[in-house]
Amino acid sequence: MQDEKLKIGPHEFSSRFMIGTGKYDTFPLMKEALEASGSEIVTVAVRRVNLDNPKEESLLDYIPKNMTLLPNTAGCATVDEAVRVAHMARAAGMTKLLKLEVINDPETLLPDMVGTIEATKILVEEGFVVMPYMMQDPVSASRLVDAGAAAVMPLASPIGSGQGFIDFSFIKLIVKRFKGVVPIVVDAGLGAPSDAALAMEIGADAVLINTAVAKAKDPVLMARAMKAGVEAGRMAYLAGRIPRVEYATPSSPTQGVVK
Amino acid sequence: MTQIGGITITVNGETRAVPAGLSVNGLLDHFGIKRATAIVEHNREVLDRKLFDDTLVQHGDTLEIVRFVGGG
Repeated sequence: MQDEKLKIGPHEFSSRFMIGTGKYDTFPLMKEALEASGSEIVTVAVRRVNLDNPKEESLLDYIPKNMTLLPNTAGCATVDEAVRVAHMARAAGMTKLLKLEVINDPETLLPDMVGTIEATKILVEEGFVVMPYMMQDPVSASRLVDAGAAAVMPLASPIGSGQGFIDFSFIKLIVKRFKGVVPIVVDAGLGAPSDAALAMEIGADAVLINTAVAKAKDPVLMARAMKAGVEAGRMAYLAGRIPRVEYATPSSPTQGVVK
Repeated sequence: MTQIGGITITVNGETRAVPAGLSVNGLLDHFGIKRATAIVEHNREVLDRKLFDDTLVQHGDTLEIVRFVGGG
């Protein structure tokens, strides 16, 4: 299929399925799922080394070499924490990409948009390629774009919930306003390939999925299923779906019917 | 508790006694941490990997030693 590349900052990607590395039962299983996904962008988190178990295996040894790392600031509740973790992620010397999360509501894990917008401004000025996790809110999206975000990552539903889309109206509005301005990456809450396909059908540029793959009974098979869902949705978007109408229209000719 | 000839530092939020005179790379070796994948923040400043050999760990220093883990 002929398709344009997904452009984020200085990077270009063919795959529109970004995948997370959290929650897999084992690293080898994760590696197999990452390979099956066909993804080119893979998220990672920053955490303290366990001083009592310093020899634990490195996640990086199980990430295919052709994949681009997208470090996140998961766990950061304030602007200062997010900026600090961003600096740590950059110091690894692998990427300036950053999935920005500022979250201080443990029950919902919904993003703090005031903090997210402020942190985006700071980190963009410091040269990061910032991809902020955000509410389905066109007003916040506008603030983030003004702040220099390289992409916006509106949620479908709360992180890890697998609920798919709770509502379409605002995400459609974000797509309408920002399509072609910055890539729109639907992040969080996608539970099944149909959710991923729907995201792509309404014009999202990409999706990011972690839990729905990692916690599937067969994560490798689910990674393949999600890949197919993303591709199907993308093709449908490019092909152009028919408009919805209220009543039936016949598929077969109404002339020459045998009586 | 400071060891004889040692210093006390805070690493990843824990108070630790370590030998005096270690560089950051020496500290990583002391804890058995792989140098290649460790990211180090020294007294709230992220440290360039190129400076790991020349930066001395001193009594009272605060360090964060982190690495990439699985996440979404």
